[in-house]
Amino acid sequence: MVKKGQPEKLIVKGKRLDGRGFDQMRDVSIKAGVIPEAEGSAELSLGETKVIAAVYGPREVIPKHLANPEKGIIKCVYTMASFATPDRNRPGPSRRSVEISKVMAEALTPVVNLEKYPKTSIDVFVEVTNANAGTRTAAINAASVALADAGIEMNDLVTSIAGGKADGQLILDLFNPEDNYGEADLPIAYLPRTGEVSLLQMDGELTPAEIEKLLKMIKKACEELYKKQKNALRERYKLK
Amino acid sequence: MKILKSHLKSVISKGKRDDGRELVEYRDIKIEVNPIQRANGSARVRLGNTDVIVGVKIELGEPFPDTPEDGVQIVNAELNSIASPDFEEGPPRPEAIELARVVDRGIREGKAIDTGKLCITPGEKVWCVFMDIYPMNADGNLFDASALAAIIALKNARFPKYDKKTDEIKYDELTNEKLPIKTTPILNTYGKINNSIFLDPSSSEEKVLDARISVATLENGNVCAMQKGETGTFTIDEINKITKDSKKYAEKLRKLVK
Repeated sequence: MVKKGQPEKLIVKGKRLDGRGFDQMRDVSIKAGVIPEAEGSAELSLGETKVIAAVYGPREVIPKHLANPEKGIIKCVYTMASFATPDRNRPGPSRRSVEISKVMAEALTPVVNLEKYPKTSIDVFVEVTNANAGTRTAAINAASVALADAGIEMNDLVTSIAGGKADGQLILDLFNPEDNYGEADLPIAYLPRTGEVSLLQMDGELTPAEIEKLLKMIKKACEELYKKQKNALRERYKLK
Repeated sequence: MKILKSHLKSVISKGKRDDGRELVEYRDIKIEVNPIQRANGSARVRLGNTDVIVGVKIELGEPFPDTPEDGVQIVNAELNSIASPDFEEGPPRPEAIELARVVDRGIREGKAIDTGKLCITPGEKVWCVFMDIYPMNADGNLFDASALAAIIALKNARFPKYDKKTDEIKYDELTNEKLPIKTTPILNTYGKINNSIFLDPSSSEEKVLDARISVATLENGNVCAMQKGETGTFTIDEINKITKDSKKYAEKLRKLVK
Protein backbone atom coordinates (compact mmCIF):
# COMPACT_ATOMS: atom_id res chain seq x y z
CA MET A 1 0.00 0.00 0.00
CA VAL A 2 1.42 3.35 -1.05
CA LYS A 3 0.18 6.29 0.94
CA LYS A 4 0.45 9.87 -0.19
CA GLY A 5 2.87 12.04 1.74
CA GLN A 6 4.66 9.07 3.27
CA PRO A 7 8.07 10.11 4.69
CA GLU A 8 11.00 7.94 3.64
CA LYS A 9 11.88 7.16 7.23
CA LEU A 10 10.21 7.57 10.60
CA ILE A 11 13.38 7.06 12.61
CA VAL A 12 16.50 9.01 11.63
CA LYS A 13 19.80 8.44 13.43
CA GLY A 14 18.13 6.87 16.43
CA LYS A 15 15.65 9.72 16.86
CA ARG A 16 12.02 10.17 15.90
CA LEU A 17 11.03 12.82 13.35
CA ASP A 18 10.10 15.24 16.14
CA GLY A 19 13.40 14.59 17.93
CA ARG A 20 11.98 12.41 20.68
CA GLY A 21 13.55 9.27 22.11
CA PHE A 22 11.70 5.98 21.62
CA ASP A 23 10.12 5.87 25.06
CA GLN A 24 9.57 9.60 25.36
CA MET A 25 6.09 11.03 25.70
CA ARG A 26 5.23 14.42 24.22
CA ASP A 27 4.91 17.34 26.65
CA VAL A 28 1.74 17.14 28.65
CA SER A 29 -0.13 19.98 30.28
CA ILE A 30 -3.40 19.65 32.16
CA LYS A 31 -5.63 22.33 33.61
CA ALA A 32 -8.72 21.44 35.64
CA GLY A 33 -11.81 23.62 35.91
CA VAL A 34 -11.98 25.40 32.56
CA ILE A 35 -15.74 25.23 31.84
CA PRO A 36 -17.73 26.94 34.60
CA GLU A 37 -21.11 25.70 33.27
CA ALA A 38 -20.05 22.10 33.84
CA GLU A 39 -19.76 20.25 37.14
CA GLY A 40 -16.20 19.39 36.27
CA SER A 41 -13.83 19.98 33.38
CA ALA A 42 -10.26 19.81 32.17
CA GLU A 43 -8.18 20.98 29.26
CA LEU A 44 -5.26 18.84 28.19
CA SER A 45 -2.57 19.01 25.59
CA LEU A 46 -0.33 16.15 24.56
CA GLY A 47 2.12 17.80 22.21
CA GLU A 48 -0.06 19.31 19.50
CA THR A 49 -3.05 17.19 20.40
CA LYS A 50 -5.51 19.32 22.36
CA VAL A 51 -8.73 18.27 24.04
CA ILE A 52 -11.30 19.79 26.39
CA ALA A 53 -13.42 17.55 28.61
CA ALA A 54 -16.53 18.44 30.60
CA VAL A 55 -18.66 16.44 33.01
CA TYR A 56 -22.35 17.16 33.55
CA GLY A 57 -24.27 15.32 36.25
CA PRO A 58 -25.10 13.14 38.00
CA ARG A 59 -28.37 14.10 36.33
CA GLU A 60 -31.53 12.60 34.88
CA VAL A 61 -30.99 9.83 32.34
CA ILE A 62 -32.18 10.51 28.80
CA PRO A 63 -33.80 8.38 27.40
CA LYS A 64 -35.42 7.47 30.71
CA HIS A 65 -35.61 3.72 30.15
CA LEU A 66 -31.80 3.51 30.35
CA ALA A 67 -31.90 4.52 34.02
CA ASN A 68 -30.72 1.80 36.39
CA PRO A 69 -32.38 1.80 39.83
CA GLU A 70 -29.28 0.25 41.39
CA LYS A 71 -26.48 2.36 39.98
CA GLY A 72 -25.62 5.28 37.79
CA ILE A 73 -24.43 5.07 34.21
CA ILE A 74 -21.62 6.86 32.41
CA LYS A 75 -22.38 8.34 29.02
CA CYS A 76 -19.47 9.49 26.92
CA VAL A 77 -19.46 11.58 23.77
CA TYR A 78 -16.19 12.08 21.92
CA THR A 79 -16.34 14.63 19.13
CA MET A 80 -13.73 16.14 16.89
CA ALA A 81 -14.01 19.76 15.82
CA SER A 82 -14.22 20.43 12.09
CA PHE A 83 -10.96 22.42 12.18
CA ALA A 84 -8.99 19.84 14.18
CA THR A 85 -7.61 17.95 11.17
CA PRO A 86 -5.71 18.97 7.98
CA ASP A 87 -8.78 18.33 5.80
CA ARG A 88 -11.94 19.76 7.32
CA ASN A 89 -13.52 17.06 9.48
CA ARG A 90 -17.25 16.78 8.81
CA PRO A 91 -19.00 17.72 12.08
CA GLY A 92 -21.32 15.26 13.75
CA PRO A 93 -20.93 11.64 14.77
CA SER A 94 -18.91 9.26 12.58
CA ARG A 95 -18.44 5.51 12.92
CA ARG A 96 -15.02 6.23 14.38
CA SER A 97 -16.29 8.70 16.98
CA VAL A 98 -19.16 6.42 18.00
CA GLU A 99 -16.72 3.58 18.62
CA ILE A 100 -14.31 5.79 20.56
CA SER A 101 -17.17 7.14 22.69
CA LYS A 102 -18.17 3.57 23.54
CA VAL A 103 -14.70 2.34 24.51
CA MET A 104 -14.02 5.57 26.43
CA ALA A 105 -17.12 5.11 28.58
CA GLU A 106 -16.04 1.53 29.21
CA ALA A 107 -12.53 2.71 30.12
CA LEU A 108 -13.77 5.29 32.64
CA THR A 109 -16.54 3.24 34.28
CA PRO A 110 -14.44 0.90 36.46
CA VAL A 111 -13.04 3.72 38.62
CA VAL A 112 -16.37 5.43 39.33
CA ASN A 113 -18.39 4.36 42.34
CA LEU A 114 -21.65 4.15 40.41
CA GLU A 115 -23.57 2.59 43.32
CA LYS A 116 -23.48 6.07 44.82
CA TYR A 117 -25.52 7.50 41.95
CA PRO A 118 -28.54 5.27 41.27
CA LYS A 119 -30.99 6.25 38.49
CA THR A 120 -28.67 8.97 37.19
CA SER A 121 -26.33 9.55 34.31
CA ILE A 122 -22.87 11.06 34.51
CA ASP A 123 -22.29 12.61 31.11
CA VAL A 124 -18.75 13.10 29.84
CA PHE A 125 -18.18 15.24 26.75
CA VAL A 126 -14.82 15.60 25.07
CA GLU A 127 -14.08 17.89 22.17
CA VAL A 128 -10.87 17.37 20.24
CA THR A 129 -9.84 20.84 19.10
CA ASN A 130 -6.51 19.98 17.51
CA ALA A 131 -5.63 16.46 16.39
CA ASN A 132 -2.09 15.16 16.05
CA ALA A 133 -2.66 11.47 16.96
CA GLY A 134 -3.36 10.14 20.43
CA THR A 135 -6.71 11.92 20.66
CA ARG A 136 -8.50 9.07 22.45
CA THR A 137 -5.74 8.72 25.03
CA ALA A 138 -5.69 12.50 25.59
CA ALA A 139 -9.49 12.44 25.86
CA ILE A 140 -9.42 9.74 28.55
CA ASN A 141 -6.75 11.53 30.59
CA ALA A 142 -8.75 14.76 30.44
CA ALA A 143 -12.10 13.09 31.12
CA SER A 144 -10.69 11.39 34.18
CA VAL A 145 -9.50 14.71 35.63
CA ALA A 146 -12.86 16.30 34.75
CA LEU A 147 -14.71 13.53 36.62
CA ALA A 148 -12.58 14.13 39.71
CA ASP A 149 -13.05 17.89 39.33
CA ALA A 150 -16.82 17.29 39.30
CA GLY A 151 -16.51 15.66 42.71
CA ILE A 152 -17.66 12.29 41.41
CA GLU A 153 -16.73 9.51 43.84
CA MET A 154 -13.89 7.56 42.28
CA ASN A 155 -11.43 4.95 43.49
CA ASP A 156 -8.69 5.95 41.04
CA LEU A 157 -7.91 8.13 38.04
CA VAL A 158 -7.69 6.61 34.58
CA THR A 159 -4.46 7.21 32.70
CA SER A 160 -3.97 6.54 29.03
CA ILE A 161 -1.26 6.53 26.38
CA ALA A 162 -0.47 4.61 23.21
CA GLY A 163 2.51 2.53 22.30
CA GLY A 164 3.38 1.47 18.79
CA LYS A 165 5.98 0.60 16.23
CA ALA A 166 7.64 2.64 13.50
CA ASP A 167 10.53 1.56 11.27
CA GLY A 168 10.80 -1.61 13.34
CA GLN A 169 11.29 0.32 16.57
CA LEU A 170 8.94 0.14 19.54
CA ILE A 171 7.85 3.66 20.49
CA LEU A 172 5.70 5.50 22.99
CA ASP A 173 2.98 8.07 22.24
CA LEU A 174 2.73 8.15 18.44
CA PHE A 175 2.34 11.47 16.68
CA ASN A 176 0.75 11.90 13.26
CA PRO A 177 3.40 10.54 10.86
CA GLU A 178 3.98 7.52 13.12
CA ASP A 179 0.25 6.94 13.45
CA ASN A 180 -0.34 7.19 9.69
CA TYR A 181 2.69 5.39 8.35
CA GLY A 182 3.98 3.31 11.26
CA GLU A 183 3.51 -0.43 11.68
CA ALA A 184 1.31 -0.57 14.76
CA ASP A 185 -0.69 1.43 17.28
CA LEU A 186 -1.66 0.13 20.74
CA PRO A 187 -3.70 2.60 22.82
CA ILE A 188 -4.14 1.59 26.46
CA ALA A 189 -5.96 2.96 29.48
CA TYR A 190 -4.39 1.94 32.77
CA LEU A 191 -5.58 2.14 36.37
CA PRO A 192 -2.42 2.90 38.39
CA ARG A 193 -3.70 1.76 41.80
CA THR A 194 -4.70 -1.74 40.75
CA GLY A 195 -2.50 -2.17 37.66
CA GLU A 196 -5.52 -3.05 35.51
CA VAL A 197 -6.15 -2.18 31.86
CA SER A 198 -9.57 -0.69 31.08
CA LEU A 199 -9.08 0.23 27.42
CA LEU A 200 -7.12 -1.76 24.90
CA GLN A 201 -7.21 -1.50 21.16
CA MET A 202 -4.62 -2.35 18.59
CA ASP A 203 -4.06 -2.20 14.90
CA GLY A 204 -1.02 -2.98 12.82
CA GLU A 205 1.21 -5.98 13.34
CA LEU A 206 3.07 -6.92 16.53
CA THR A 207 4.46 -10.12 18.00
CA PRO A 208 3.21 -11.11 21.47
CA ALA A 209 6.72 -10.31 22.81
CA GLU A 210 6.53 -6.80 21.35
CA ILE A 211 3.12 -6.28 22.94
CA GLU A 212 4.61 -7.32 26.30
CA LYS A 213 7.44 -4.78 25.94
CA LEU A 214 5.07 -2.03 24.90
CA LEU A 215 2.78 -2.69 27.86
CA LYS A 216 5.77 -2.21 30.17
CA MET A 217 6.68 1.05 28.45
CA ILE A 218 3.07 2.25 28.60
CA LYS A 219 2.72 1.37 32.28
CA LYS A 220 5.72 3.51 33.14
CA ALA A 221 4.42 6.45 31.13
CA CYS A 222 0.98 6.12 32.72
CA GLU A 223 2.53 6.47 36.15
CA GLU A 224 4.04 9.79 34.96
CA LEU A 225 0.67 10.92 33.62
CA TYR A 226 -0.95 9.99 36.93
CA LYS A 227 1.32 12.48 38.73
CA LYS A 228 0.45 15.21 36.24
CA GLN A 229 -3.28 14.55 36.64
CA LYS A 230 -3.02 14.74 40.44
CA ASN A 231 -0.98 17.93 40.18
CA ALA A 232 -3.63 19.53 37.97
CA LEU A 233 -6.28 18.72 40.58
CA ARG A 234 -4.09 20.01 43.43
CA GLU A 235 -3.48 23.20 41.50
CA ARG A 236 -7.22 23.67 41.00
CA TYR A 237 -8.10 23.27 44.65
CA LYS A 238 -5.13 24.84 46.44
CA LEU A 239 -5.82 27.84 48.66
CA LYS A 240 -5.01 31.04 46.88
CA MET B 1 -29.94 -11.26 35.84
CA LYS B 2 -28.45 -11.50 39.33
CA ILE B 3 -29.37 -15.18 39.55
CA LEU B 4 -27.92 -15.82 36.09
CA LYS B 5 -24.73 -14.04 37.05
CA SER B 6 -24.20 -15.90 40.30
CA HIS B 7 -24.98 -19.20 38.56
CA LEU B 8 -22.53 -18.56 35.70
CA LYS B 9 -19.92 -17.25 38.11
CA SER B 10 -20.03 -20.40 40.20
CA VAL B 11 -19.94 -22.68 37.15
CA ILE B 12 -17.06 -20.80 35.54
CA SER B 13 -15.05 -20.56 38.77
CA LYS B 14 -15.03 -24.39 38.72
CA GLY B 15 -13.47 -24.26 35.26
CA LYS B 16 -16.70 -25.36 33.53
CA ARG B 17 -19.32 -23.78 31.31
CA ASP B 18 -23.08 -23.67 31.57
CA ASP B 19 -23.35 -25.69 28.34
CA GLY B 20 -20.74 -28.26 29.35
CA ARG B 21 -17.82 -26.75 27.44
CA GLU B 22 -14.27 -26.30 28.68
CA LEU B 23 -13.15 -22.71 29.33
CA VAL B 24 -11.17 -22.55 26.10
CA GLU B 25 -13.53 -24.52 23.88
CA TYR B 26 -15.53 -23.19 20.95
CA ARG B 27 -19.09 -24.29 20.27
CA ASP B 28 -19.65 -26.47 17.18
CA ILE B 29 -18.96 -24.59 13.96
CA LYS B 30 -20.78 -25.25 10.70
CA ILE B 31 -19.86 -23.41 7.53
CA GLU B 32 -21.68 -22.89 4.25
CA VAL B 33 -19.65 -21.43 1.41
CA ASN B 34 -21.30 -19.18 -1.16
CA PRO B 35 -24.93 -19.80 -0.17
CA ILE B 36 -25.91 -16.44 -1.71
CA GLN B 37 -25.74 -16.65 -5.50
CA ARG B 38 -26.33 -12.92 -5.98
CA ALA B 39 -23.31 -12.00 -3.86
CA ASN B 40 -19.79 -12.03 -5.30
CA GLY B 41 -18.85 -14.17 -2.34
CA SER B 42 -20.63 -15.23 0.82
CA ALA B 43 -20.47 -17.46 3.85
CA ARG B 44 -22.85 -18.53 6.54
CA VAL B 45 -21.26 -19.48 9.84
CA ARG B 46 -23.12 -21.21 12.62
CA LEU B 47 -21.28 -21.07 15.92
CA GLY B 48 -23.52 -23.06 18.22
CA ASN B 49 -26.82 -21.24 17.81
CA THR B 50 -25.18 -18.06 16.59
CA ASP B 51 -25.88 -17.74 12.88
CA VAL B 52 -24.28 -15.09 10.69
CA ILE B 53 -24.34 -14.46 6.95
CA VAL B 54 -21.65 -12.30 5.41
CA GLY B 55 -22.02 -11.23 1.81
CA VAL B 56 -19.28 -9.64 -0.29
CA LYS B 57 -20.16 -7.22 -3.05
CA ILE B 58 -17.48 -5.97 -5.42
CA GLU B 59 -18.23 -2.72 -7.20
CA LEU B 60 -16.37 -0.06 -9.15
CA GLY B 61 -15.67 3.17 -7.32
CA GLU B 62 -13.17 5.87 -6.51
CA PRO B 63 -10.12 5.36 -4.29
CA PHE B 64 -9.54 7.38 -1.14
CA PRO B 65 -7.37 10.46 -1.84
CA ASP B 66 -4.55 9.30 0.47
CA THR B 67 -4.32 5.82 -1.10
CA PRO B 68 -4.89 6.53 -4.83
CA GLU B 69 -3.51 3.15 -5.97
CA ASP B 70 -5.47 0.92 -3.61
CA GLY B 71 -8.90 -0.60 -3.75
CA VAL B 72 -11.40 0.22 -1.05
CA GLN B 73 -12.64 -2.16 1.63
CA ILE B 74 -15.66 -1.48 3.81
CA VAL B 75 -17.23 -3.60 6.54
CA ASN B 76 -20.74 -2.93 7.72
CA ALA B 77 -22.92 -4.77 10.24
CA GLU B 78 -26.70 -4.76 10.37
CA LEU B 79 -27.99 -5.93 13.76
CA ASN B 80 -31.57 -6.43 12.61
CA SER B 81 -34.40 -7.41 14.92
CA ILE B 82 -34.74 -10.83 13.33
CA ALA B 83 -31.71 -12.07 15.26
CA SER B 84 -32.45 -11.18 18.85
CA PRO B 85 -35.08 -9.63 21.14
CA ASP B 86 -32.32 -7.21 22.17
CA PHE B 87 -31.91 -5.74 18.67
CA GLU B 88 -34.08 -2.73 17.90
CA GLU B 89 -35.00 -1.05 14.65
CA GLY B 90 -33.34 2.21 13.80
CA PRO B 91 -29.97 3.65 12.94
CA PRO B 92 -26.89 1.54 13.76
CA ARG B 93 -26.11 1.54 17.45
CA PRO B 94 -22.60 1.58 18.94
CA GLU B 95 -22.63 -2.24 19.23
CA ALA B 96 -23.14 -2.65 15.47
CA ILE B 97 -20.51 -0.06 14.65
CA GLU B 98 -18.02 -1.70 17.01
CA LEU B 99 -18.65 -5.15 15.51
CA ALA B 100 -18.10 -3.85 11.98
CA ARG B 101 -14.99 -1.90 12.93
CA VAL B 102 -13.36 -4.78 14.82
CA VAL B 103 -13.97 -7.20 11.94
CA ASP B 104 -12.68 -4.54 9.53
CA ARG B 105 -9.53 -3.94 11.58
CA GLY B 106 -8.53 -7.63 11.55
CA ILE B 107 -8.90 -7.87 7.77
CA ARG B 108 -7.42 -4.44 7.01
CA GLU B 109 -4.47 -4.51 9.41
CA GLY B 110 -3.78 -8.17 8.64
CA LYS B 111 -3.54 -7.09 4.98
CA ALA B 112 -5.85 -9.92 3.97
CA ILE B 113 -6.92 -8.20 0.75
CA ASP B 114 -4.13 -7.25 -1.64
CA THR B 115 -5.68 -3.84 -2.24
CA GLY B 116 -2.86 -2.81 -4.61
CA LYS B 117 -4.24 -5.34 -7.10
CA LEU B 118 -7.68 -3.71 -7.02
CA CYS B 119 -6.53 -0.57 -8.82
CA ILE B 120 -7.84 0.02 -12.33
CA THR B 121 -6.88 3.68 -12.95
CA PRO B 122 -4.77 5.26 -10.14
CA GLY B 123 -6.62 8.05 -8.39
CA GLU B 124 -9.75 7.44 -10.43
CA LYS B 125 -11.09 3.95 -10.55
CA VAL B 126 -10.63 1.00 -8.21
CA TRP B 127 -12.57 -2.04 -7.06
CA CYS B 128 -14.47 -1.50 -3.81
CA VAL B 129 -15.03 -4.57 -1.65
CA PHE B 130 -18.06 -4.35 0.64
CA MET B 131 -18.42 -6.93 3.40
CA ASP B 132 -21.87 -6.81 4.98
CA ILE B 133 -22.53 -8.71 8.19
CA TYR B 134 -26.10 -9.93 8.78
CA PRO B 135 -26.68 -11.94 11.96
CA MET B 136 -29.72 -14.20 11.64
CA ASN B 137 -29.55 -15.49 15.21
CA ALA B 138 -27.43 -13.79 17.86
CA ASP B 139 -26.48 -16.25 20.59
CA GLY B 140 -23.19 -14.66 21.56
CA ASN B 141 -19.80 -14.00 20.01
CA LEU B 142 -20.92 -12.31 16.84
CA PHE B 143 -17.33 -11.05 16.61
CA ASP B 144 -15.69 -14.40 15.85
CA ALA B 145 -18.58 -15.77 13.79
CA SER B 146 -18.67 -12.60 11.65
CA ALA B 147 -14.89 -12.40 11.20
CA LEU B 148 -14.75 -16.06 10.18
CA ALA B 149 -17.65 -15.65 7.76
CA ALA B 150 -16.05 -12.51 6.32
CA ILE B 151 -12.68 -14.11 5.52
CA ILE B 152 -14.37 -17.19 4.03
CA ALA B 153 -16.65 -14.99 1.91
CA LEU B 154 -13.61 -12.99 0.74
CA LYS B 155 -11.68 -16.12 -0.19
CA ASN B 156 -14.58 -17.32 -2.28
CA ALA B 157 -15.51 -14.02 -3.89
CA ARG B 158 -15.31 -13.58 -7.65
CA PHE B 159 -15.18 -10.40 -9.69
CA PRO B 160 -18.12 -9.29 -11.82
CA LYS B 161 -17.65 -9.18 -15.57
CA TYR B 162 -15.93 -5.98 -16.59
CA ASP B 163 -14.61 -4.79 -19.93
CA LYS B 164 -11.88 -2.24 -19.31
CA LYS B 165 -11.90 -0.95 -22.89
CA THR B 166 -15.58 -0.18 -23.08
CA ASP B 167 -15.83 0.41 -19.30
CA GLU B 168 -18.86 -1.85 -19.34
CA ILE B 169 -19.67 -3.73 -16.15
CA LYS B 170 -22.16 -6.54 -15.69
CA TYR B 171 -22.85 -7.00 -12.01
CA ASP B 172 -25.11 -9.96 -12.72
CA GLU B 173 -22.35 -11.96 -14.42
CA LEU B 174 -19.56 -13.35 -12.27
CA THR B 175 -16.20 -14.30 -13.74
CA ASN B 176 -13.96 -17.07 -12.41
CA GLU B 177 -11.41 -14.54 -11.24
CA LYS B 178 -11.05 -14.55 -7.45
CA LEU B 179 -10.28 -11.65 -5.14
CA PRO B 180 -6.55 -11.39 -4.34
CA ILE B 181 -6.33 -12.61 -0.72
CA LYS B 182 -2.88 -12.68 0.94
CA THR B 183 -3.46 -13.68 4.56
CA THR B 184 -6.09 -15.29 6.76
CA PRO B 185 -6.55 -13.22 9.92
CA ILE B 186 -8.60 -15.01 12.57
CA LEU B 187 -10.44 -13.35 15.43
CA ASN B 188 -10.61 -15.00 18.86
CA THR B 189 -12.85 -13.44 21.50
CA TYR B 190 -12.52 -14.11 25.21
CA GLY B 191 -14.81 -13.23 28.09
CA LYS B 192 -13.86 -12.63 31.69
CA ILE B 193 -16.01 -13.28 34.75
CA ASN B 194 -14.30 -12.67 38.09
CA ASN B 195 -10.80 -13.92 37.34
CA SER B 196 -11.76 -16.64 34.89
CA ILE B 197 -11.11 -16.14 31.21
CA PHE B 198 -12.93 -18.21 28.61
CA LEU B 199 -13.24 -18.44 24.83
CA ASP B 200 -16.32 -17.89 22.66
CA PRO B 201 -18.86 -16.32 25.07
CA SER B 202 -22.47 -17.37 24.61
CA SER B 203 -25.23 -14.76 24.83
CA SER B 204 -26.01 -15.63 28.46
CA GLU B 205 -22.32 -15.27 29.29
CA GLU B 206 -22.19 -12.00 27.37
CA LYS B 207 -25.04 -10.62 29.47
CA VAL B 208 -23.07 -11.01 32.70
CA LEU B 209 -19.39 -10.92 31.76
CA ASP B 210 -17.17 -8.22 33.26
CA ALA B 211 -14.93 -7.70 30.24
CA ARG B 212 -14.31 -9.01 26.77
CA ILE B 213 -11.25 -9.01 24.54
CA SER B 214 -10.95 -9.84 20.85
CA VAL B 215 -7.57 -10.65 19.30
CA ALA B 216 -6.93 -11.07 15.57
CA THR B 217 -3.86 -13.12 14.67
CA LEU B 218 -2.09 -14.05 11.46
CA GLU B 219 -0.60 -17.36 10.35
CA ASN B 220 2.77 -16.46 11.94
CA GLY B 221 1.16 -15.79 15.33
CA ASN B 222 1.55 -12.03 15.08
CA VAL B 223 -1.33 -9.96 16.39
CA CYS B 224 -2.92 -7.60 13.84
CA ALA B 225 -5.86 -6.16 15.80
CA MET B 226 -7.23 -6.11 19.32
CA GLN B 227 -10.24 -4.66 21.06
CA LYS B 228 -11.26 -4.74 24.70
CA GLY B 229 -14.93 -4.30 25.46
CA GLU B 230 -17.31 -3.84 28.39
CA THR B 231 -16.59 -2.07 31.66
CA GLY B 232 -14.37 -4.63 33.39
CA THR B 233 -10.58 -4.77 33.18
CA PHE B 234 -7.72 -7.11 32.34
CA THR B 235 -4.35 -7.26 34.05
CA ILE B 236 -1.19 -6.88 31.95
CA ASP B 237 -0.30 -10.53 32.70
CA GLU B 238 -3.69 -11.66 31.42
CA ILE B 239 -3.25 -9.66 28.21
CA ASN B 240 0.20 -11.13 27.63
CA LYS B 241 -1.11 -14.67 28.10
CA ILE B 242 -4.06 -14.06 25.77
CA THR B 243 -1.90 -12.64 22.98
CA LYS B 244 0.46 -15.64 23.23
CA ASP B 245 -2.33 -18.25 23.38
CA SER B 246 -4.30 -16.82 20.48
CA LYS B 247 -2.05 -18.35 17.81
CA LYS B 248 -3.09 -21.82 18.98
CA TYR B 249 -6.81 -21.07 19.11
CA ALA B 250 -6.73 -19.18 15.81
CA GLU B 251 -5.11 -22.17 14.11
CA LYS B 252 -8.15 -24.33 14.90
CA LEU B 253 -10.51 -21.87 13.23
CA ARG B 254 -8.15 -21.21 10.33
CA LYS B 255 -8.35 -24.91 9.41
CA LEU B 256 -12.04 -24.35 8.68
CA VAL B 257 -11.34 -21.59 6.13
CA LYS B 258 -11.68 -22.94 2.63
